[in-house]
Amino acid sequence: MSANLSAIFYLISGILFILALRGLSSPETSRQGNYFGIAGMIISIIVTFLSVGNFGPGFIYVLVFLLLGGSVGAFIAFRIPMTAMPELVAGFHSLVGLAAVFVAISAFLNPEAFSLGMVGNIKLASLIEMSLGAAIGAITFSGSIIAFLKLRGIMSGAPITFKGQHLINLLLGLAIILLIYYLCISQSSNIFWSLVLISFIVGVLLIIPIGGADMPVVISMLNSYSGWAAAGIGFTLENTALIITGALVGSSGAILSYIMCKGMNRSFFNVILGGWGATDQATSGQAKEQKPVKSGNADDAAFLMKNASSVIIVPGYGMAVAQAQHALREMVDSLKKNGVKVSYAIHPVAGRMPGHMNVLLAEANVPYDEVFELEEINNDFANCDVAYVIGANDVTNPVAKSDPQSPIYGMPVLDVEKSKSVLFVKRSLSPGYAGIDNDLFYRDNTLMLFSDAKKMTEEIVKSL
Amino acid sequence: MEIDPFIFRLSIFILSIFVGYYVVWSVTPSLHTPLMSVTNAISSVIIVGAIIAALSGSSENIFENSTIFGFLAIILAAVNIFGGFLVTQRMLQMYKKKKK
Repeated sequence: MSANLSAIFYLISGILFILALRGLSSPETSRQGNYFGIAGMIISIIVTFLSVGNFGPGFIYVLVFLLLGGSVGAFIAFRIPMTAMPELVAGFHSLVGLAAVFVAISAFLNPEAFSLGMVGNIKLASLIEMSLGAAIGAITFSGSIIAFLKLRGIMSGAPITFKGQHLINLLLGLAIILLIYYLCISQSSNIFWSLVLISFIVGVLLIIPIGGADMPVVISMLNSYSGWAAAGIGFTLENTALIITGALVGSSGAILSYIMCKGMNRSFFNVILGGWGATDQATSGQAKEQKPVKSGNADDAAFLMKNASSVIIVPGYGMAVAQAQHALREMVDSLKKNGVKVSYAIHPVAGRMPGHMNVLLAEANVPYDEVFELEEINNDFANCDVAYVIGANDVTNPVAKSDPQSPIYGMPVLDVEKSKSVLFVKRSLSPGYAGIDNDLFYRDNTLMLFSDAKKMTEEIVKSL
Repeated sequence: MEIDPFIFRLSIFILSIFVGYYVVWSVTPSLHTPLMSVTNAISSVIIVGAIIAALSGSSENIFENSTIFGFLAIILAAVNIFGGFLVTQRMLQMYKKKKK
Protein backbone atom coordinates (compact mmCIF):
# COMPACT_ATOMS: atom_id res chain seq x y z
CA MET A 1 0.00 0.00 0.00
CA SER A 2 1.43 3.40 -0.95
CA ALA A 3 2.49 5.76 1.81
CA ASN A 4 0.00 8.40 0.70
CA LEU A 5 -2.95 6.01 0.68
CA SER A 6 -2.11 4.66 4.13
CA ALA A 7 -1.72 8.22 5.43
CA ILE A 8 -5.28 8.92 4.28
CA PHE A 9 -6.56 5.83 6.07
CA TYR A 10 -4.73 6.86 9.24
CA LEU A 11 -6.45 10.24 8.97
CA ILE A 12 -9.81 8.45 8.73
CA SER A 13 -8.98 6.50 11.90
CA GLY A 14 -8.11 9.75 13.61
CA ILE A 15 -11.50 11.20 12.65
CA LEU A 16 -13.27 8.06 13.90
CA PHE A 17 -11.50 8.50 17.24
CA ILE A 18 -12.74 12.08 17.44
CA LEU A 19 -16.27 10.81 16.78
CA ALA A 20 -15.80 8.22 19.52
CA LEU A 21 -15.21 10.98 22.06
CA ARG A 22 -17.93 13.13 20.54
CA GLY A 23 -20.42 10.30 21.12
CA LEU A 24 -19.88 10.59 24.86
CA SER A 25 -21.76 13.89 24.95
CA SER A 26 -24.88 11.91 25.81
CA PRO A 27 -25.53 8.33 26.93
CA GLU A 28 -27.74 7.66 23.88
CA THR A 29 -24.99 8.39 21.36
CA SER A 30 -22.18 6.95 23.47
CA ARG A 31 -22.52 3.32 22.40
CA GLN A 32 -22.38 4.31 18.75
CA GLY A 33 -19.32 6.40 19.57
CA ASN A 34 -17.59 3.38 20.99
CA TYR A 35 -18.17 1.50 17.71
CA PHE A 36 -16.56 4.39 15.82
CA GLY A 37 -13.54 4.00 18.08
CA ILE A 38 -13.36 0.26 17.43
CA ALA A 39 -13.68 0.85 13.67
CA GLY A 40 -10.85 3.39 13.79
CA MET A 41 -8.63 0.91 15.59
CA ILE A 42 -9.35 -1.90 13.12
CA ILE A 43 -8.61 0.39 10.16
CA SER A 44 -5.30 1.48 11.70
CA ILE A 45 -4.17 -2.07 12.36
CA ILE A 46 -5.13 -3.40 8.91
CA VAL A 47 -3.54 -0.45 7.12
CA THR A 48 -0.33 -1.01 9.08
CA PHE A 49 -0.21 -4.67 8.03
CA LEU A 50 -0.80 -3.72 4.39
CA SER A 51 1.76 -0.94 4.33
CA VAL A 52 4.46 -3.09 5.94
CA GLY A 53 3.50 -5.85 3.50
CA ASN A 54 5.41 -8.55 5.34
CA PHE A 55 3.13 -11.57 5.61
CA GLY A 56 5.87 -14.05 6.43
CA PRO A 57 6.13 -16.10 9.61
CA GLY A 58 6.59 -12.90 11.62
CA PHE A 59 3.04 -11.90 10.68
CA ILE A 60 1.66 -15.10 12.23
CA TYR A 61 3.50 -14.31 15.45
CA VAL A 62 2.10 -10.78 15.45
CA LEU A 63 -1.44 -12.18 15.17
CA VAL A 64 -0.75 -14.69 17.93
CA PHE A 65 0.59 -12.02 20.27
CA LEU A 66 -2.29 -9.72 19.35
CA LEU A 67 -4.85 -12.38 20.24
CA LEU A 68 -2.92 -13.34 23.36
CA GLY A 69 -2.98 -9.78 24.69
CA GLY A 70 -6.51 -9.32 23.41
CA SER A 71 -7.88 -12.32 25.28
CA VAL A 72 -6.22 -11.17 28.50
CA GLY A 73 -7.77 -7.73 27.98
CA ALA A 74 -11.20 -9.15 27.17
CA PHE A 75 -11.06 -11.44 30.19
CA ILE A 76 -10.24 -8.51 32.49
CA ALA A 77 -12.92 -6.32 30.89
CA PHE A 78 -15.67 -8.87 31.55
CA ARG A 79 -14.58 -9.89 35.02
CA ILE A 80 -13.71 -6.56 36.61
CA PRO A 81 -16.25 -5.34 39.19
CA MET A 82 -17.41 -1.76 38.59
CA THR A 83 -16.10 -0.66 41.98
CA ALA A 84 -12.58 -1.51 40.75
CA MET A 85 -12.74 0.79 37.72
CA PRO A 86 -10.23 3.35 39.09
CA GLU A 87 -7.47 0.78 39.53
CA LEU A 88 -8.31 -0.84 36.20
CA VAL A 89 -7.91 2.47 34.40
CA ALA A 90 -4.66 3.15 36.26
CA GLY A 91 -3.42 -0.29 35.27
CA PHE A 92 -4.35 0.28 31.63
CA HIS A 93 -2.53 3.62 31.62
CA SER A 94 0.61 1.88 32.78
CA LEU A 95 0.39 -0.50 29.81
CA VAL A 96 0.07 2.36 27.29
CA GLY A 97 3.10 4.00 28.92
CA LEU A 98 5.20 0.86 28.77
CA ALA A 99 4.13 0.14 25.18
CA ALA A 100 5.32 3.65 24.24
CA VAL A 101 8.66 2.96 25.92
CA PHE A 102 9.03 -0.35 24.06
CA VAL A 103 8.19 1.17 20.68
CA ALA A 104 10.71 3.95 21.33
CA ILE A 105 13.35 1.38 22.30
CA SER A 106 12.83 -0.66 19.15
CA ALA A 107 12.91 2.50 17.04
CA PHE A 108 16.21 3.40 18.70
CA LEU A 109 17.68 -0.07 18.17
CA ASN A 110 16.47 -0.44 14.60
CA PRO A 111 15.86 3.01 13.10
CA GLU A 112 16.02 1.68 9.51
CA ALA A 113 12.72 -0.15 10.01
CA PHE A 114 11.02 3.20 10.64
CA SER A 115 13.18 5.02 8.06
CA LEU A 116 14.64 7.31 10.70
CA GLY A 117 18.27 6.93 9.64
CA MET A 118 20.88 4.41 10.73
CA VAL A 119 22.04 3.15 14.11
CA GLY A 120 24.36 5.80 15.52
CA ASN A 121 23.11 8.28 12.97
CA ILE A 122 19.42 8.79 13.70
CA LYS A 123 17.78 11.97 12.41
CA LEU A 124 17.96 14.66 15.07
CA ALA A 125 14.24 15.46 15.11
CA SER A 126 13.34 11.76 15.35
CA LEU A 127 15.77 11.30 18.21
CA ILE A 128 14.21 14.15 20.19
CA GLU A 129 10.69 12.85 19.48
CA MET A 130 11.46 9.28 20.45
CA SER A 131 13.32 10.25 23.61
CA LEU A 132 10.42 12.48 24.68
CA GLY A 133 8.00 9.64 23.92
CA ALA A 134 10.14 7.21 25.89
CA ALA A 135 10.57 9.57 28.86
CA ILE A 136 6.87 10.49 29.14
CA GLY A 137 5.91 6.85 28.55
CA ALA A 138 8.20 5.69 31.33
CA ILE A 139 6.84 8.30 33.74
CA THR A 140 3.30 7.25 32.83
CA PHE A 141 4.18 3.61 33.41
CA SER A 142 5.79 3.83 36.83
CA GLY A 143 3.43 6.58 38.01
CA SER A 144 0.40 4.50 37.03
CA ILE A 145 1.81 1.46 38.80
CA ILE A 146 2.04 3.49 42.03
CA ALA A 147 -1.48 4.85 41.49
CA PHE A 148 -2.70 1.30 40.87
CA LEU A 149 -1.06 0.01 44.07
CA LYS A 150 -2.54 2.87 46.10
CA LEU A 151 -6.04 2.43 44.66
CA ARG A 152 -5.92 -1.32 45.09
CA GLY A 153 -4.93 -0.84 48.73
CA ILE A 154 -1.68 -2.82 48.30
CA MET A 155 0.17 0.38 49.12
CA SER A 156 -1.09 2.79 51.76
CA GLY A 157 -3.08 5.70 50.34
CA ALA A 158 -1.30 8.06 52.72
CA PRO A 159 1.05 10.55 51.09
CA ILE A 160 4.73 9.61 51.32
CA THR A 161 6.82 12.73 51.76
CA PHE A 162 10.43 13.26 52.72
CA LYS A 163 12.79 16.18 53.02
CA GLY A 164 14.17 17.57 49.79
CA GLN A 165 11.57 15.72 47.73
CA HIS A 166 10.78 18.62 45.44
CA LEU A 167 14.47 19.38 44.98
CA ILE A 168 15.19 15.79 43.92
CA ASN A 169 12.27 15.85 41.47
CA LEU A 170 13.55 19.11 40.03
CA LEU A 171 17.09 17.75 39.65
CA LEU A 172 15.85 14.57 38.01
CA GLY A 173 13.69 16.64 35.66
CA LEU A 174 16.77 18.66 34.66
CA ALA A 175 18.73 15.43 34.29
CA ILE A 176 16.16 14.19 31.76
CA ILE A 177 16.56 17.34 29.67
CA LEU A 178 20.37 17.12 29.84
CA LEU A 179 20.35 13.46 28.88
CA ILE A 180 18.17 14.17 25.85
CA TYR A 181 20.63 16.90 24.87
CA TYR A 182 23.65 14.60 25.18
CA LEU A 183 21.80 11.79 23.45
CA CYS A 184 21.33 14.05 20.44
CA ILE A 185 25.05 14.82 20.37
CA SER A 186 26.47 11.36 21.05
CA GLN A 187 23.68 8.96 19.91
CA SER A 188 25.01 6.70 22.68
CA SER A 189 22.76 3.85 23.73
CA ASN A 190 23.96 4.09 27.34
CA ILE A 191 22.52 7.57 27.58
CA PHE A 192 19.26 6.35 26.07
CA TRP A 193 18.95 3.59 28.69
CA SER A 194 19.78 6.01 31.53
CA LEU A 195 17.10 8.33 30.23
CA VAL A 196 14.50 5.54 30.39
CA LEU A 197 15.67 4.50 33.86
CA ILE A 198 15.57 8.01 35.33
CA SER A 199 12.12 8.57 33.86
CA PHE A 200 10.87 5.42 35.60
CA ILE A 201 12.19 6.81 38.90
CA VAL A 202 10.60 10.22 38.30
CA GLY A 203 7.22 8.54 37.73
CA VAL A 204 7.42 6.85 41.13
CA LEU A 205 8.58 9.98 42.94
CA LEU A 206 5.88 12.07 41.30
CA ILE A 207 2.97 9.96 42.55
CA ILE A 208 4.04 8.77 46.02
CA PRO A 209 3.40 12.15 47.76
CA ILE A 210 -0.19 12.29 46.51
CA GLY A 211 -2.88 11.04 48.89
CA GLY A 212 -5.75 8.65 48.23
CA ALA A 213 -8.54 11.18 47.82
CA ASP A 214 -6.52 13.15 45.27
CA MET A 215 -6.54 10.10 43.03
CA PRO A 216 -9.14 11.60 40.65
CA VAL A 217 -6.54 14.22 39.71
CA VAL A 218 -3.73 11.68 39.48
CA ILE A 219 -5.64 9.32 37.21
CA SER A 220 -6.69 12.17 34.92
CA MET A 221 -3.13 13.45 34.85
CA LEU A 222 -1.70 10.05 33.95
CA ASN A 223 -4.41 9.77 31.29
CA SER A 224 -3.09 13.00 29.86
CA TYR A 225 0.55 11.81 30.02
CA SER A 226 -0.26 8.59 28.19
CA GLY A 227 -1.68 10.77 25.41
CA TRP A 228 1.42 12.95 25.15
CA ALA A 229 3.62 9.85 25.12
CA ALA A 230 1.56 8.44 22.24
CA ALA A 231 1.85 11.77 20.39
CA GLY A 232 5.64 11.75 20.85
CA ILE A 233 5.81 8.29 19.28
CA GLY A 234 3.38 9.48 16.59
CA PHE A 235 5.82 12.20 15.56
CA THR A 236 8.66 9.66 15.48
CA LEU A 237 6.68 7.28 13.27
CA GLU A 238 5.23 10.17 11.24
CA ASN A 239 1.82 8.61 11.83
CA THR A 240 -1.22 10.90 11.73
CA ALA A 241 -3.58 8.53 13.57
CA LEU A 242 -1.19 8.41 16.49
CA ILE A 243 -0.58 12.17 16.50
CA ILE A 244 -4.32 12.96 16.45
CA THR A 245 -5.09 10.39 19.13
CA GLY A 246 -2.24 11.54 21.32
CA ALA A 247 -3.45 15.13 21.15
CA LEU A 248 -7.05 14.09 21.90
CA VAL A 249 -6.12 11.93 24.87
CA GLY A 250 -3.62 14.46 26.14
CA SER A 251 -6.12 17.29 26.15
CA SER A 252 -8.90 15.07 27.49
CA GLY A 253 -6.81 14.10 30.50
CA ALA A 254 -5.75 17.69 31.05
CA ILE A 255 -9.37 18.90 31.05
CA LEU A 256 -10.41 16.17 33.48
CA SER A 257 -7.53 17.13 35.80
CA TYR A 258 -8.69 20.74 35.62
CA ILE A 259 -12.31 19.79 36.43
CA MET A 260 -11.16 17.68 39.38
CA CYS A 261 -8.90 20.42 40.75
CA LYS A 262 -11.73 22.92 40.46
CA GLY A 263 -13.98 20.50 42.33
CA MET A 264 -11.55 20.71 45.23
CA ASN A 265 -10.75 24.40 44.80
CA ARG A 266 -7.06 23.61 44.57
CA SER A 267 -4.48 24.46 42.00
CA PHE A 268 -3.00 21.68 39.93
CA PHE A 269 0.45 22.29 41.43
CA ASN A 270 -0.95 22.17 44.93
CA VAL A 271 -2.22 18.64 44.22
CA ILE A 272 0.92 17.50 42.42
CA LEU A 273 3.25 18.74 45.13
CA GLY A 274 1.16 16.62 47.41
CA GLY A 275 0.66 16.08 51.10
CA TRP A 276 -2.66 17.78 51.83
CA GLY A 277 -3.84 15.31 54.44
CA ALA A 278 -0.38 15.11 55.94
CA THR A 279 -0.01 18.79 56.76
CA ASP A 280 -3.46 19.49 58.13
CA GLN A 281 -4.11 16.51 60.34
CA ALA A 282 -2.18 17.96 63.26
CA THR A 283 -4.37 21.05 63.57
CA SER A 284 -7.72 19.30 63.49
CA GLY A 285 -6.87 16.57 65.98
CA GLN A 286 -6.54 18.86 69.00
CA ALA A 287 -9.66 20.95 68.91
CA LYS A 288 -11.95 18.05 69.58
CA GLU A 289 -14.46 19.14 72.15
CA GLN A 290 -17.46 16.97 72.79
CA LYS A 291 -20.37 18.41 70.92
CA PRO A 292 -23.86 16.94 71.11
CA VAL A 293 -24.82 14.69 68.23
CA LYS A 294 -28.22 13.26 67.44
CA SER A 295 -28.06 9.68 66.36
CA GLY A 296 -30.81 7.39 65.17
CA ASN A 297 -31.49 3.95 63.79
CA ALA A 298 -32.88 2.51 60.59
CA ASP A 299 -36.51 2.82 61.74
CA ASP A 300 -36.14 6.55 62.38
CA ALA A 301 -34.59 6.98 58.97
CA ALA A 302 -37.29 4.93 57.26
CA PHE A 303 -40.02 6.93 59.03
CA LEU A 304 -38.49 10.26 58.02
CA MET A 305 -38.04 9.31 54.40
CA LYS A 306 -41.40 7.61 54.00
CA ASN A 307 -43.17 10.76 55.09
CA ALA A 308 -41.04 13.05 52.97
CA SER A 309 -42.18 14.34 49.62
CA SER A 310 -38.68 14.62 48.19
CA VAL A 311 -35.37 12.96 49.05
CA ILE A 312 -31.92 13.68 47.64
CA ILE A 313 -29.26 10.99 47.88
CA VAL A 314 -25.62 12.12 48.20
CA PRO A 315 -23.28 9.20 47.49
CA GLY A 316 -19.52 9.23 48.06
CA TYR A 317 -16.52 6.97 48.06
CA GLY A 318 -17.81 5.17 51.17
CA MET A 319 -20.71 3.83 49.11
CA ALA A 320 -18.22 2.28 46.68
CA VAL A 321 -16.18 0.76 49.50
CA ALA A 322 -19.26 -0.76 51.13
CA GLN A 323 -20.68 -1.82 47.73
CA ALA A 324 -23.94 -0.26 48.86
CA GLN A 325 -25.22 0.88 45.45
CA HIS A 326 -27.61 -2.05 44.93
CA ALA A 327 -29.09 -1.78 48.42
CA LEU A 328 -29.44 1.94 47.81
CA ARG A 329 -31.42 1.36 44.62
CA GLU A 330 -33.75 -1.01 46.48
CA MET A 331 -34.30 1.63 49.12
CA VAL A 332 -35.11 4.22 46.47
CA ASP A 333 -37.50 1.81 44.75
CA SER A 334 -39.54 1.35 47.91
CA LEU A 335 -39.50 5.09 48.57
CA LYS A 336 -40.82 5.70 45.06
CA LYS A 337 -43.63 3.23 45.71
CA ASN A 338 -44.58 5.44 48.64
CA GLY A 339 -44.78 8.40 46.27
CA VAL A 340 -41.52 10.04 47.33
CA LYS A 341 -39.59 11.96 44.68
CA VAL A 342 -35.95 10.83 44.73
CA SER A 343 -32.92 12.24 42.96
CA TYR A 344 -29.16 11.78 43.31
CA ALA A 345 -26.58 14.55 43.75
CA ILE A 346 -23.01 13.89 42.64
CA HIS A 347 -20.07 16.04 43.62
CA PRO A 348 -17.37 16.28 40.91
CA VAL A 349 -14.72 14.68 43.12
CA ALA A 350 -16.91 12.04 44.75
CA GLY A 351 -15.11 8.71 44.49
CA ARG A 352 -11.67 7.93 43.22
CA MET A 353 -11.97 8.91 39.57
CA PRO A 354 -14.05 11.28 37.44
CA GLY A 355 -17.58 9.90 37.04
CA HIS A 356 -16.97 7.03 39.46
CA MET A 357 -20.32 7.41 41.28
CA ASN A 358 -22.28 7.67 38.03
CA VAL A 359 -20.95 4.32 36.84
CA LEU A 360 -21.77 2.62 40.13
CA LEU A 361 -25.31 3.99 40.12
CA ALA A 362 -25.73 2.97 36.49
CA GLU A 363 -24.56 -0.50 37.46
CA ALA A 364 -27.30 -0.64 40.09
CA ASN A 365 -29.83 0.25 37.35
CA VAL A 366 -30.38 3.80 38.50
CA PRO A 367 -31.66 5.72 35.43
CA TYR A 368 -29.13 8.41 34.52
CA ASP A 369 -31.80 11.10 34.29
CA GLU A 370 -32.31 10.85 38.06
CA VAL A 371 -28.64 11.61 38.69
CA PHE A 372 -27.56 15.26 38.81
CA GLU A 373 -24.32 17.18 38.99
CA LEU A 374 -23.53 19.69 41.71
CA GLU A 375 -24.58 22.83 39.80
CA GLU A 376 -27.78 21.25 38.53
CA ILE A 377 -29.13 20.19 41.89
CA ASN A 378 -27.56 22.40 44.54
CA ASN A 379 -30.52 24.79 44.69
CA ASP A 380 -32.94 21.93 45.23
CA PHE A 381 -31.66 21.09 48.70
CA ALA A 382 -33.55 24.08 50.13
CA ASN A 383 -36.85 22.56 48.97
CA CYS A 384 -36.09 18.98 49.86
CA ASP A 385 -37.28 17.16 52.96
CA VAL A 386 -34.50 14.66 53.49
CA ALA A 387 -30.92 14.48 52.29
CA TYR A 388 -29.47 10.98 52.59
CA VAL A 389 -25.67 11.23 52.73
CA ILE A 390 -24.07 7.86 52.14
CA GLY A 391 -20.30 7.55 52.14
CA ALA A 392 -19.64 11.21 51.40
CA ASN A 393 -18.17 13.61 53.93
CA ASP A 394 -15.92 16.53 53.00
CA VAL A 395 -18.01 17.40 49.95
CA THR A 396 -20.95 18.22 52.24
CA ASN A 397 -19.04 20.20 54.86
CA PRO A 398 -20.60 23.67 55.27
CA VAL A 399 -17.29 24.89 56.75
CA ALA A 400 -16.06 25.26 53.16
CA LYS A 401 -18.48 28.17 52.83
CA SER A 402 -18.10 29.81 56.21
CA ASP A 403 -14.60 29.40 57.64
CA PRO A 404 -11.75 31.07 55.74
CA GLN A 405 -9.27 29.29 58.06
CA SER A 406 -10.36 25.86 56.91
CA PRO A 407 -8.16 24.08 54.38
CA ILE A 408 -11.21 23.25 52.30
CA TYR A 409 -12.51 26.85 52.33
CA GLY A 410 -13.79 27.80 48.90
CA MET A 411 -14.28 24.24 47.72
CA PRO A 412 -17.68 23.88 46.06
CA VAL A 413 -19.86 21.77 48.37
CA LEU A 414 -23.35 20.32 48.22
CA ASP A 415 -25.72 22.46 50.31
CA VAL A 416 -26.99 19.44 52.18
CA GLU A 417 -27.63 21.38 55.40
CA LYS A 418 -30.37 23.42 53.70
CA SER A 419 -32.72 20.45 53.48
CA LYS A 420 -35.25 19.99 56.28
CA SER A 421 -33.41 17.03 57.70
CA VAL A 422 -30.16 15.29 56.94
CA LEU A 423 -29.54 11.58 57.38
CA PHE A 424 -25.80 10.96 57.54
CA VAL A 425 -24.68 7.35 57.24
CA LYS A 426 -21.19 6.98 58.68
CA ARG A 427 -19.33 4.46 60.75
CA SER A 428 -18.08 6.96 63.33
CA LEU A 429 -17.61 10.66 63.92
CA SER A 430 -14.07 10.55 62.59
CA PRO A 431 -13.15 13.37 60.24
CA GLY A 432 -12.96 12.78 56.53
CA TYR A 433 -9.96 12.55 54.28
CA ALA A 434 -9.06 16.21 54.61
CA GLY A 435 -8.82 15.71 58.38
CA ILE A 436 -11.49 18.33 59.04
CA ASP A 437 -14.37 17.91 61.40
CA ASN A 438 -17.68 18.10 59.57
CA ASP A 439 -19.89 20.81 61.03
CA LEU A 440 -22.90 19.03 59.62
CA PHE A 441 -22.72 16.27 62.27
CA TYR A 442 -23.70 18.71 65.03
CA ARG A 443 -26.53 20.52 63.31
CA ASP A 444 -30.02 20.27 64.81
CA ASN A 445 -31.50 18.91 61.62
CA THR A 446 -28.89 16.16 61.25
CA LEU A 447 -29.54 12.61 62.32
CA MET A 448 -26.43 10.45 62.37
CA LEU A 449 -26.86 6.81 61.39
CA PHE A 450 -23.79 5.05 62.76
CA SER A 451 -23.30 1.94 60.70
CA ASP A 452 -21.80 0.44 57.58
CA ALA A 453 -23.36 2.09 54.52
CA LYS A 454 -24.65 -1.16 53.05
CA LYS A 455 -25.94 -2.63 56.31
CA MET A 456 -27.78 0.54 57.26
CA THR A 457 -29.37 0.89 53.83
CA GLU A 458 -30.51 -2.74 53.89
CA GLU A 459 -32.04 -2.24 57.34
CA ILE A 460 -33.90 0.82 56.10
CA VAL A 461 -35.26 -1.21 53.19
CA LYS A 462 -36.58 -3.74 55.71
CA SER A 463 -38.34 -1.16 57.85
CA LEU A 464 -39.86 0.49 54.81
CA MET B 1 11.65 27.35 0.13
CA GLU B 2 9.98 24.10 0.94
CA ILE B 3 8.11 23.52 4.18
CA ASP B 4 9.47 20.74 6.36
CA PRO B 5 6.86 17.89 6.67
CA PHE B 6 7.38 18.15 10.41
CA ILE B 7 5.52 21.47 10.33
CA PHE B 8 2.52 19.75 8.76
CA ARG B 9 2.50 17.13 11.49
CA LEU B 10 2.86 19.84 14.11
CA SER B 11 -0.15 21.63 12.59
CA ILE B 12 -2.22 18.44 12.75
CA PHE B 13 -1.12 17.96 16.34
CA ILE B 14 -2.04 21.46 17.48
CA LEU B 15 -5.36 21.48 15.64
CA SER B 16 -6.17 18.10 17.22
CA ILE B 17 -5.51 19.53 20.67
CA PHE B 18 -8.11 22.19 19.91
CA VAL B 19 -10.56 19.61 18.58
CA GLY B 20 -9.94 17.53 21.70
CA TYR B 21 -10.48 20.54 23.91
CA TYR B 22 -13.92 21.34 22.51
CA VAL B 23 -15.03 17.73 22.15
CA VAL B 24 -14.07 16.80 25.70
CA TRP B 25 -15.81 19.81 27.22
CA SER B 26 -19.00 18.61 25.56
CA VAL B 27 -18.74 15.19 27.26
CA THR B 28 -21.38 14.90 29.96
CA PRO B 29 -19.80 14.56 33.44
CA SER B 30 -21.73 11.36 34.13
CA LEU B 31 -19.71 9.71 31.34
CA HIS B 32 -16.28 10.78 32.56
CA THR B 33 -15.30 7.26 33.59
CA PRO B 34 -16.14 5.77 30.16
CA LEU B 35 -14.28 8.75 28.67
CA MET B 36 -11.14 7.68 30.51
CA SER B 37 -11.45 4.06 29.49
CA VAL B 38 -12.13 4.87 25.84
CA THR B 39 -9.26 7.38 25.61
CA ASN B 40 -7.15 4.64 27.06
CA ALA B 41 -8.27 2.24 24.37
CA ILE B 42 -7.69 4.66 21.49
CA SER B 43 -4.25 5.73 22.71
CA SER B 44 -3.28 2.09 22.24
CA VAL B 45 -3.25 2.83 18.51
CA ILE B 46 0.45 2.98 19.40
CA ILE B 47 0.19 -0.67 18.37
CA VAL B 48 0.89 0.48 14.79
CA GLY B 49 4.45 1.33 15.90
CA ALA B 50 4.72 -1.99 17.68
CA ILE B 51 3.61 -3.88 14.55
CA ILE B 52 6.14 -2.08 12.36
CA ALA B 53 8.87 -2.86 14.92
CA ALA B 54 7.86 -6.51 15.26
CA LEU B 55 7.77 -7.08 11.49
CA SER B 56 11.13 -5.43 10.86
CA GLY B 57 13.13 -8.63 11.41
CA SER B 58 14.29 -10.96 8.67
CA SER B 59 12.38 -14.20 8.06
CA GLU B 60 15.32 -16.28 9.41
CA ASN B 61 15.50 -14.32 12.59
CA ILE B 62 12.05 -13.22 13.66
CA PHE B 63 13.06 -12.53 17.25
CA GLU B 64 15.98 -10.20 17.53
CA ASN B 65 16.71 -7.33 19.89
CA SER B 66 14.50 -4.70 18.36
CA THR B 67 11.63 -6.94 17.27
CA ILE B 68 11.26 -8.48 20.72
CA PHE B 69 10.38 -5.06 22.11
CA GLY B 70 7.88 -4.72 19.27
CA PHE B 71 6.23 -8.02 20.15
CA LEU B 72 6.09 -7.10 23.85
CA ALA B 73 4.51 -3.77 22.95
CA ILE B 74 1.93 -5.60 20.80
CA ILE B 75 0.84 -7.67 23.79
CA LEU B 76 0.57 -4.64 26.07
CA ALA B 77 -1.32 -2.56 23.52
CA ALA B 78 -3.63 -5.47 22.66
CA VAL B 79 -4.58 -5.91 26.32
CA ASN B 80 -5.51 -2.24 26.31
CA ILE B 81 -7.38 -2.22 23.02
CA PHE B 82 -9.61 -5.17 23.81
CA GLY B 83 -9.86 -4.40 27.52
CA GLY B 84 -10.46 -0.69 26.99
CA PHE B 85 -13.16 -0.93 24.33
CA LEU B 86 -14.95 -3.87 25.95
CA VAL B 87 -15.05 -2.39 29.44
CA THR B 88 -16.29 0.89 27.95
CA GLN B 89 -19.00 -1.00 26.10
CA ARG B 90 -19.94 -2.82 29.30
CA MET B 91 -20.24 0.45 31.19
CA LEU B 92 -22.19 2.26 28.48
CA GLN B 93 -24.66 -0.63 28.32
CA MET B 94 -25.58 0.12 31.94
CA TYR B 95 -26.62 3.72 31.38
CA LYS B 96 -30.38 3.59 31.01
CA LYS B 97 -33.14 6.11 30.91
CA LYS B 98 -36.09 6.08 33.26
CA LYS B 99 -38.79 3.66 32.15
CA LYS B 100 -41.88 5.67 31.52
